[in-house]
Amino acid sequence: MTLTEKILARHAGLDRVEPGQIINAKVDLVLANELSAAVAIGVMRGIKGAQRVFDPSRIALVEDHFVPAKDAQSAKLAKLMKDFAIEQKIEHFFDVGRGGIEHVVLPEEGLVAPGELIVGGDSHTCTYGAFGAFATGMGSTDIAAAFVLGEVWLKVPGSIKLVYNGKLGRMVYAKDLMLRTVGELGIDGATYRAIEYHGSTVDELSITGRITMANMAIEAGAKNGIFHADAKTIAYVKERTSREFVVERSDADAVYERVVTIDVDELEPQVACPHTPDNVHPISEVAADNVNVDQVFIGSCTNGYIEDLRIVAKILEGKKIASSLRVIVNPGSQKVWMQAAQEGVLTTLAAAGCVVNTPGCGACFGGHMGTLGDGERAVSTTNRNYVGRMGSPKAEVFLASPATCAASALTGKISDPRVLELAGV
Amino acid sequence: MEDSMRGKAHKYGKNVDTDVIIPGKYCNIIDPVELGKHALEGLDAEYTSKMKAGDIIVADTNFGCGSSREVAPIAIKGSGTSAVIAKSFARIFYRNALNIGLPIFESEAAVNGIASGDDIEVQPATGAIVNHTKGETYQAAQFPPFMQSLIDAGGLVPYVEKRLAEAKA
Repeated sequence: MTLTEKILARHAGLDRVEPGQIINAKVDLVLANELSAAVAIGVMRGIKGAQRVFDPSRIALVEDHFVPAKDAQSAKLAKLMKDFAIEQKIEHFFDVGRGGIEHVVLPEEGLVAPGELIVGGDSHTCTYGAFGAFATGMGSTDIAAAFVLGEVWLKVPGSIKLVYNGKLGRMVYAKDLMLRTVGELGIDGATYRAIEYHGSTVDELSITGRITMANMAIEAGAKNGIFHADAKTIAYVKERTSREFVVERSDADAVYERVVTIDVDELEPQVACPHTPDNVHPISEVAADNVNVDQVFIGSCTNGYIEDLRIVAKILEGKKIASSLRVIVNPGSQKVWMQAAQEGVLTTLAAAGCVVNTPGCGACFGGHMGTLGDGERAVSTTNRNYVGRMGSPKAEVFLASPATCAASALTGKISDPRVLELAGV
Repeated sequence: MEDSMRGKAHKYGKNVDTDVIIPGKYCNIIDPVELGKHALEGLDAEYTSKMKAGDIIVADTNFGCGSSREVAPIAIKGSGTSAVIAKSFARIFYRNALNIGLPIFESEAAVNGIASGDDIEVQPATGAIVNHTKGETYQAAQFPPFMQSLIDAGGLVPYVEKRLAEAKA
């Protein structure tokens, strides 16, 4: 069996499962944000016989999409979730100032561990595959059912094995690997499938790099994206929780629907051009087109981590961003924000001309604090660039790594960080 | 679900994502009718003004890709759209549509045969899709048995209620 199949079988109380099989699986954690929770709470209230959640210690509620509330309607949703958290005695409730972006907060707080099964009312719940967990996004009715039953029905996905060989070059990062992968698979290339990441390249990646890759499994349509937990994973998790967990591995004879090998030695930084995440091109091609940008955004559950902010600060240190654009930085969580402050990263970014916002999802999905107007163009470390994603349907969003975004911030157009480095700019 | 749905087809392409079905800025709305006023706004700003209750969205592959936002199928249903026919659906949207009772049908032949403006009727019991304009009938794919049983039971909520009642007994 594959790693995904093993986790699903264990949570369904079965010895083995096959792709396509429908199972009932126990969940270790159910996640919702104020948008998905508001709808889920309404659904739960309508379920006869459902007064309480199945286990208040196994639910995480994070205020992150429209907070601090941008208007009265958003405040209403935030309050709805907060009141529910108090009523149901939810142990893991994160208001602004204590949390940040859900997918940054949960691993930080030790709520994610290898071998666990996690469902969340957000499509980027697949992020936790970075830790060897099975994690998938669902809508609010499914989340309401999981709140009540502590179980979900799932169709066991077939798996696609991705094998990365080679060493990443200077200024080439996990984000570039994943953009290249989404470009190769296509936005429906892994629909209903599990993506399993392998190879020496990903073994070398930090936890943050793996998070970036697992996070965007959904951009290829996948149900989940998963890494095998190794010493780095176990050390990270043990620092944050004393909870016991089960580390599993795919069997040597596990069956995969497809095996895709990607050699990275020659990989350039990659850019997803408008308007889909699979419209991916190497930076040399995009930079040659002199693509001027109005906004650079650094943040999100894909690249809002301390490691990402350090890369940006290193490139911007002692310099000024181009006068033709604005740069918006959202540290992914309160903890990331504090660490970046303590290290001087935030001061470096502010001195270069960046605005540093509070942690949250706002700009990434066109909510608030960084939405684009008609005809504007942005390069962003986020995960989606659909029409209207960051605001106006007449705007354009390019997706790239924090390094490519930082280089672009200095020049005012989408730029190759390797070229800037060589030129000593 | 109603015995049959009939209306004019509004045809769109591949990969209609949840950001164009209901842009992020409206995701703080939970009222279905209010959401319905903005259905498909990012893709076709005219959709809600040109459609009538009962009309049917017809699209190519991977309809509903992207976000898990359940307000996407809720907005389509809230607009009065009676069904969506596509060659295929993205995974989360598919579940969400079944859970909230938005009728969806997979049929490559129907999508290839139907043009925007055609008078379409869908019969959920048999999966027959009738194109009255062209005098053609297509067949939608069967739902897997488990999903059909969920649909027959009235959706996920009655299923959860049954499970809770069993647990108490």
